[in-house]
Amino acid sequence: MSVKEADRVLAARGRIVEDPERRSVMRPTRWKRYEAPAVGTASVVFVLTTWQLAANAGLAGIFLPGPLAIVQAGIKLFQKGDIWVDIATSAEEVAIGYGLAVVAGLVLGLLMGWYTRFQYALDPYVNFFYSTPRIVLVPLFIVWLGIDIESKIAVIFLGALFPVIINTMAGVRNTEAALLRVARSFGASDALIFRRVVLPGSVPFILTGFRLGVGHALTGVVVGELIAARHGVGKLISDYGVTLQMDKMFVGVIIIAGSGMLLTTLLGRIEKRFQSWRPDIRR
Amino acid sequence: MTIQPLGMAKLQAQGVAIEYWLARSETLFTAVNGVDLEIPEGEFVAIVGPSGCGKTTFLNAVDGLIPIAAGSLTLDGREIRAPGRDRAVVFQQPGLLPWRTVTGNVIFGVEAQGTMPAKEAKERAQQYIEPVALKGFEDAYPGELSGGMQQRVNLARALLTDPEMLLLDEPFAALDAQTRELMQLELLRIWNKDRKTALFITHDIKEAIYLADRVIVFTKRPGRVKVTIDVDIPRPRTLRVKRDPKFLGYEDQVWESIQEELAGPAERLVAGVPA
Repeated sequence: MSVKEADRVLAARGRIVEDPERRSVMRPTRWKRYEAPAVGTASVVFVLTTWQLAANAGLAGIFLPGPLAIVQAGIKLFQKGDIWVDIATSAEEVAIGYGLAVVAGLVLGLLMGWYTRFQYALDPYVNFFYSTPRIVLVPLFIVWLGIDIESKIAVIFLGALFPVIINTMAGVRNTEAALLRVARSFGASDALIFRRVVLPGSVPFILTGFRLGVGHALTGVVVGELIAARHGVGKLISDYGVTLQMDKMFVGVIIIAGSGMLLTTLLGRIEKRFQSWRPDIRR
Repeated sequence: MTIQPLGMAKLQAQGVAIEYWLARSETLFTAVNGVDLEIPEGEFVAIVGPSGCGKTTFLNAVDGLIPIAAGSLTLDGREIRAPGRDRAVVFQQPGLLPWRTVTGNVIFGVEAQGTMPAKEAKERAQQYIEPVALKGFEDAYPGELSGGMQQRVNLARALLTDPEMLLLDEPFAALDAQTRELMQLELLRIWNKDRKTALFITHDIKEAIYLADRVIVFTKRPGRVKVTIDVDIPRPRTLRVKRDPKFLGYEDQVWESIQEELAGPAERLVAGVPA
């Protein structure tokens, strides 16, 4: 019996405890698996505590409320209920603007990637808008569309549209030449090449575009509402900001940051699902 | 299987020239010029030649991926104009869809041709996965396979389309020496079953002699047929054949023929040819 076999037999009988020095190369220890969240949590707790202590010591006066004060302000705001109108307004703007941007960006990006002439025709506009901060258009939209949700939807749409277009187009363009050659050699139709080779290969790029779009959409909603709005989380931040109610203002900031993290995580999950064939991610 | 007119080869090339337009230097580049060759039904032919002689380009023309500038190129008497179901290529790079399993990739050829319902293709794929030694890996993704295994998928994909003619474009060039020899053996074993007409491109002289009934040596660019050598070694051939004196004789013959084509003085020096 070799040493290895002996080990296995002994282990099976429960005589020896797993020797920490001898383990499979690929299998992570239990600590490795929890290392990232553990260290992350510890770090956040440390920063929040320091922040609270600084606030308690009155280092920045009313300009920097502590985390506890912010939580209390949040509870009060949610109890009062007005904040729901702001959240619902901003959510509606983002949902419509971002939703339209994703659909339109996907369609335009695929068309531009697939048909060179279509790209030639649209390139000037894409370049113009992509290299311009779309925020500069907010005053224009307010004049055209008013201070209700329409102007915000427009700026969110334009904000998220171009990252989606550009990344989708890059995905189509980056289709591996060897794969195209194989498909053509077997006599595949253009439709089949698009469906079976180009589209699946573009998914990672498309999802990257979606993720970048989230950031642009949130920037759009906040800045749009800061400039002119009736309701919305951006409006809330601006109102409490100018009246120096910092604790309440922070509640708005956290709502925006939280939704950004939530949407990005969600898209990250989808991305992982679509890439289960990548051996390094599957693990 | 189609019945050929008497005296007509399966593949016939007469005075084939292939030209490329090089955009950067704005010049016309002649890859091959005046290729004459015939491959009868059921023959295994290998083309060797100095690198850059246009042998892969010629294969691409036979596949129908690129047009010819002059001459005629016919398969079963019909002019080759586009890829067709009567031909299938085993590529130098495996060209597998990374998001598809082994089975999914094996059926991609027939799926692209649109000749077989998906369900039937999946069932028949199993018959080809076994001989290429991929049993047990049907649901593995290409990223989880070794280079040799990926090339087996590449081979099975071509075989499943049941072509009249098999085109192999340096399929084992990227593999390590041991795997390459095993793949050569496997290829012959599979080929022996139905002896499809095969055109094999390689730069490996031993490989060409070991596999083929006939070895065709191309000249340097623009390539054309320099010499044809009939390989009179009985089949089935084991790997041991490669050390047979007769085999080594063929090797010398091909090697000398290629040496004469080596272009620059540096190359001649390396090859031990007096300048």
